[in-house]
Amino acid sequence: MKQEWPLYEVFIRSRSGLSHRHAGSVHAADDEMALTNARDTYTRRKEGVSIWVVRSDKIVASDPKESSAFFEPAEDKIYRHPTFYEIPDEVENL
Amino acid sequence: MYTQGLDQAGKSDPAKPGPETPGVESREQLDAFQARIDAEEKIEAKDWMPEAYRRTLVRQISQHAHSEIIGMQPEGNWLTRAPSLKRKAILLAKVQDEAGHGLYLYSAAETLGVSRDQMVADLLSGKAKYSSIFNYPTLSWADIGAIGWLVDGAAIMNQIPLCRCSYGPYSRAMIRVCKEESFHQRQGYEIMLTLCGGTAEQKAMAQDALNRFWWPSLMMFGPNDANSTHSAQSMAWKIKRFSNDELRQKFIDVTVPQAEFLGLTVPDDELRYNEETGHYEHSDIDWQEFFDVIAGNGPCNEQRMEKRRKAQDDGAWVREAARVYAEKRAAAAAA
Repeated sequence: MKQEWPLYEVFIRSRSGLSHRHAGSVHAADDEMALTNARDTYTRRKEGVSIWVVRSDKIVASDPKESSAFFEPAEDKIYRHPTFYEIPDEVENL
Repeated sequence: MYTQGLDQAGKSDPAKPGPETPGVESREQLDAFQARIDAEEKIEAKDWMPEAYRRTLVRQISQHAHSEIIGMQPEGNWLTRAPSLKRKAILLAKVQDEAGHGLYLYSAAETLGVSRDQMVADLLSGKAKYSSIFNYPTLSWADIGAIGWLVDGAAIMNQIPLCRCSYGPYSRAMIRVCKEESFHQRQGYEIMLTLCGGTAEQKAMAQDALNRFWWPSLMMFGPNDANSTHSAQSMAWKIKRFSNDELRQKFIDVTVPQAEFLGLTVPDDELRYNEETGHYEHSDIDWQEFFDVIAGNGPCNEQRMEKRRKAQDDGAWVREAARVYAEKRAAAAAA
């Protein structure tokens, strides 16, 4: 138990047409083992048709402490939503 | 499966503080955190959280994971002696699920900054606890039925509210676990049904299993509310949604009619239905037994730990070989 195997994040596409979604993580010595471990851990009941695994330390994530500043640019742009525009009721199909 | 006594800290708390331990937690931070909890917002791994919240979760989730892993032993004991190929395949699938549940939970705990190796080391050193129920032996095939029906039944009672736990990764792991748990309980009850419809000897086996697993199953919900040290804080943090006694009562209320259907007798002379409250009343639980088993003096504590340590030791060369091979191949690819 000198050194534990690296951690991988597991993403599963449950069926064609849907995106991959984060399922959890597994430890594995290498990429190939990460895939088979992910299969055994997260798809014992045919929960997926495709698996992505990626080393957890390779993921670049936004910082929750900075999230208000980070997402601030979108905050005051309500004109990006269709409800911002007032259209008379008589006008249809719009 | 599941662990009780989750909300009980040992004398030496196994949970290590996370790497980002904040120096001082200000009143504003704590209030803002509680406000998020009260608004039913989920807390995610990298969010700010009080150190005590993190420690409580590390303790609870890792104990829960350890219980799943140790829980494979009593059932694994019957894998080679299952009465038919069908039962063997089912039991194997169930034991594999328990391993899977342990892995979901370890990975949820790791998001809090504790390493898998540290958690395993704490289990093996005896610092971290696991559910007392797995320190009881499985003496007959009927015990496999009783475990699925009662132990997984109690687990479901406990785990369904945990799906709404305030900590996102734990709640998501529990949703996954709960989806799989129903099969466990139903296969157990079906074993009991089959035995109870069999010979007098088979039915007696089922009764004997119920006799031995009834009280330990009730203990799975943990001490009475009055003696449950961490409950109030866990409730305020919405890690816990119902008290130990509430969940236990719910379990008794749904399980007694299931025993009656089997034609079995629940081993409690004082068990009676109260028409007014709509609940079953039962005699007191022998808490001394519970605390003895938690303290390491149950029938199988030593055996369970010994087997787990041996598995860890026996697998050491495999883990190392795989790691070194991966490192060599990576080095060759880089060259």
